[in-house]
Amino acid sequence: MWKFIHKLASPPHFYGLAAKIIPWFFLPGLILIFYGLYGGLLLAPPDYQQGDAFRIIYVHVPSAYLSLMAYSIMAISAGIGLIWRLKLAHAVAAAAAPIGAWFTFLALATGSIWGRPMWGTWWEWGDPRLTSELVMLFLYFGYMALRGAIDDTAKADRASAVLALVGAVNVPIIHFSVEWWSSLHQGPTLMKKGGPAMDAAMLYPLLAMILGFTLIFGALLLRRVRTEVLYRERRTRWVRHLVLSSAVEKK
Amino acid sequence: MMELLSMGGYGAYVWSCFVLTAIVIAICEWRARARHRQVYRDIEVRVKALGDNG
Amino acid sequence: MTDNQPEMPGLGRGMMAVAKRDLFLAWKRPGDVLNPLFFFAMVATLFPLAVGPSAEQLEFSGPGVLWVAALLAMLLSLNSLFVSDFEDGSLEQMLVSPVPLAALSLGKTIAHWLTSGLPLVIVAPILGMTFRMPASVMGVLMLTLLLGTISLSLLGSIGAALTVGLHRGTALLSLLILPLAMPLLIFGARTVSLAAAGDVVAGGLYFLAAYAVLIVSLAPFAIAAALRISNE
Repeated sequence: MWKFIHKLASPPHFYGLAAKIIPWFFLPGLILIFYGLYGGLLLAPPDYQQGDAFRIIYVHVPSAYLSLMAYSIMAISAGIGLIWRLKLAHAVAAAAAPIGAWFTFLALATGSIWGRPMWGTWWEWGDPRLTSELVMLFLYFGYMALRGAIDDTAKADRASAVLALVGAVNVPIIHFSVEWWSSLHQGPTLMKKGGPAMDAAMLYPLLAMILGFTLIFGALLLRRVRTEVLYRERRTRWVRHLVLSSAVEKK
Repeated sequence: MMELLSMGGYGAYVWSCFVLTAIVIAICEWRARARHRQVYRDIEVRVKALGDNG
Repeated sequence: MTDNQPEMPGLGRGMMAVAKRDLFLAWKRPGDVLNPLFFFAMVATLFPLAVGPSAEQLEFSGPGVLWVAALLAMLLSLNSLFVSDFEDGSLEQMLVSPVPLAALSLGKTIAHWLTSGLPLVIVAPILGMTFRMPASVMGVLMLTLLLGTISLSLLGSIGAALTVGLHRGTALLSLLILPLAMPLLIFGARTVSLAAAGDVVAGGLYFLAAYAVLIVSLAPFAIAAALRISNE
């Protein structure tokens, strides 16, 4: 088992394998998203309270979910990299941060656009979810800023890993405190996300979108990890061979 | 068709969300590819320069 | 720097030696202690000047302003926490010391809290009076700041340890620490507001106390790890 993990995590092996796997994430992801779009925009009936504006959840919920998942992946791989000194794990953490930040931005932007017709304002501090997402975005910025400030890759990996772990301990606390904070004054009615009351015609497209977004995220992540691996291994022999052999093929 | 576009009066909000999402995912993919090409090219240049010397 | 005795020096003694040394240094350079304190008072003064002297508004915003000012003052004092040790090489001494680095880091944060957290707690009621805070709220204000600044000292030390030796560490430190400090700000300021409104404050105080306990037990190890990485 241990041997298998090491072989899988060896940079040349991963580099080749990832290139083969990426389409297997990307294409099913696209198919699921197209089904989700069709089901969500055409088949699902309008919500009895929010009308057609509720359809924004088909992009908002998957983005919000991925923003949290990307942070978890980042923190877990940072921890693995710190404890077992697995270089690939650090590459995964480095690759996950910018994608996570983009999805966090998407969750914020779509939540804010949804809020405009629902609350009559682009930004409602009373909504704990939007506020926590904003803090998440700052956490991502901090992580990327620390990484960017340290020139030495190995040092940047380890320093940002400590920050990611400290952040991971704090994320639930932040969510909890923002919930408490907004519960003190009567906020506007919150967006109901999922929940058992949801009609099947609304729910299945949402599940398809969540799964589709996750697969697309996986493809994006693998692509970025591949680049990270190539960059980190730029002085090794296998990269030299790789570049030389493909240069010959081109001729 | 018009009904789909207008989204019961929420058309501008709903469609801007979906378009924005598509754009952001496209940017992510495009930037990932661009960075890969750049890293690969930098290595190629360096490897070839070394190859000539040695 | 800590103990030069041949036998293994105790955890507590190593920790206290570091704390004592930092307190002595602070005594020699009182500016380092006073500057964040002046900063705290000044931010709290800027606010009424900006929004106007209406008593109602001051009462309403007092807890929030004082807490934000305290948070910023703590950040200001954290910048230099490890810098002089890093430059004169005493940080390397700490790294090779037989006493666990986590204990020494805790010693440093104790000294930091005594020189920058505690003064804020003591001065806060004076500023609170200018915001027309009733005397009955002062106890809660001081208690929230007491618990909050302990947590901020430790949380901020992690950030300071990660950014020591980096260029542009100041702006970076704020970017790293402020989002993590938000729960403290939320609970600290809201608890004081609740107290001013005559509401129950136990929940907020329990949270701040639980956070302080959690971070006292975890942060020293994170600081030690960060210091080792920064000194590689």
